[in-house]
Amino acid sequence: MAAGFKTAEPLEYHRSFLKENCRPDGRELSESRTTTLNIGSISTADGSALVKMGNTTIICGIKAELANPTVEAPGKGYIVPNVDLPPLCSSRFRPGPPGEQAQAASQFIADVIESSEVIKTEDLCIDRGKLCWVLYCDMMCLDYDGNILDACIIALLAALKNTQLPEVTINKETCAPEVNPEKRCGLHIHKHPVGASFCVFDDSILIVDPTAEEESLSTAQLTVVTDEEGRLCSLHKPGGTSLSGEKLQECISRATARQREIQKLIDKVIHSVKTAQ
Amino acid sequence: MTSSACDTASPRCSSMMEVCEASSVSLREFGCEQSLLSRPDGSSSFVQGDTSVMAGVYGPAEVKVSKEIYDRATLEVLVQPKVGLPSVRERSQEQCVRETCEASLLLSLHPRSALTLVLQVLHDDGSLLSCCLNAACMALMDAGLPMSCLFCGVTCAINTEGEIITDPTAAQEKESRALMTFAIDSTERRVMMSSTKGSFSVHELQQCIAVSQEASEKIFQFYRDSVKRRYSKTP
Repeated sequence: MAAGFKTAEPLEYHRSFLKENCRPDGRELSESRTTTLNIGSISTADGSALVKMGNTTIICGIKAELANPTVEAPGKGYIVPNVDLPPLCSSRFRPGPPGEQAQAASQFIADVIESSEVIKTEDLCIDRGKLCWVLYCDMMCLDYDGNILDACIIALLAALKNTQLPEVTINKETCAPEVNPEKRCGLHIHKHPVGASFCVFDDSILIVDPTAEEESLSTAQLTVVTDEEGRLCSLHKPGGTSLSGEKLQECISRATARQREIQKLIDKVIHSVKTAQ
Repeated sequence: MTSSACDTASPRCSSMMEVCEASSVSLREFGCEQSLLSRPDGSSSFVQGDTSVMAGVYGPAEVKVSKEIYDRATLEVLVQPKVGLPSVRERSQEQCVRETCEASLLLSLHPRSALTLVLQVLHDDGSLLSCCLNAACMALMDAGLPMSCLFCGVTCAINTEGEIITDPTAAQEKESRALMTFAIDSTERRVMMSSTKGSFSVHELQQCIAVSQEASEKIFQFYRDSVKRRYSKTP
């Protein structure tokens, strides 16, 4: 009976739960799904992390390459994020070139990196005007069940914290760079941006950490990214029904709480990885 | 063809644009022209200072089967940059404009049909996304599509001294430490779309929203004046 109701009238089905201040999966309106984090999942990458938020799974791998800095910014390296939504993760994605959602997500992650200054690109410079690091941050979705932006940011942050770059020296005689893979050091992470996504149901009800089904039925979505100092790095609301200032304030308070939870989680996982070694 | 100006005191002013001064919020001079293209069902060109965007709307027309939605129209937004091909940045702008238009248009009145909105950037001198939104709204109005509300775009920049600059130029955008673009709806003056760059405090965000809401009054007044002038008997 319930299954038939859900298929025939998905919106009414969700409304009947929201009326009772709960959601079909048993969560409260302001409750996030269980988040699990695994760091260093890909041994061949320079840094990696796997994040699961409920069913949503994102894996992030970071590859560091040596390159020439651009002429406009000789003292800076660069970071190239890319979000991939392959057909494997959901039936809504088709094979071929990345769709609008994947491209918009990549742009959003690039904006968050730039706005939050999670890594200062100056730190990636090895020899001014001659040599720098490029960090290719590839985020791949393995299972799509909504809220990929939050999961991508957590995966990226954890992978960056896990990244170990080899020491590079420049041979004075040949002027060629020499990489010493034995001696590695971590990146300096300046800020810890964490996102919290919300969906708006029926123009007024706010729900946290939406699933794919809730996202498709909602009238608006928004993502708030905050750092550990409580500053906002991004307030991303790509259209949808309008929200008042008070509702936005509610989202921001929830996002700062979420930031603390996730930072604690990342620190705990990194600590447990260290003690295991 | 109609040219309009944002000047309320002398509506019969012959110049196309006037400076919008008064009150604390200062916007660059802005102007708009509607139905300037013959082929699209609705078109507009919106100018904010040196930033200029042209918009054309086609539809409701036949939809591709793969994009058909059974209970509403499919809206497609294309942002064409001044030079080169559309890149990832344009995709993200397209998403913002599309979802804002989707929320204000009554798409369920045209099920199984397609609407196409093409935005051609003519010149970018800052506040591009807000100019795109304004051009889009004017073009949708010109096409006579049913909408639940109008919307306008406002960009705010916070400079290194912490001052809020509305409608910044490209140079002001470059110097700013945070940049925010909001789409404000005409019925309740609430935030429909938000896109930000740089880090800022919660207080600064609330201030910027308040300033944008104030600025939106001017833009909506301009919309009203320009449409009134267009349909009045003595232009």
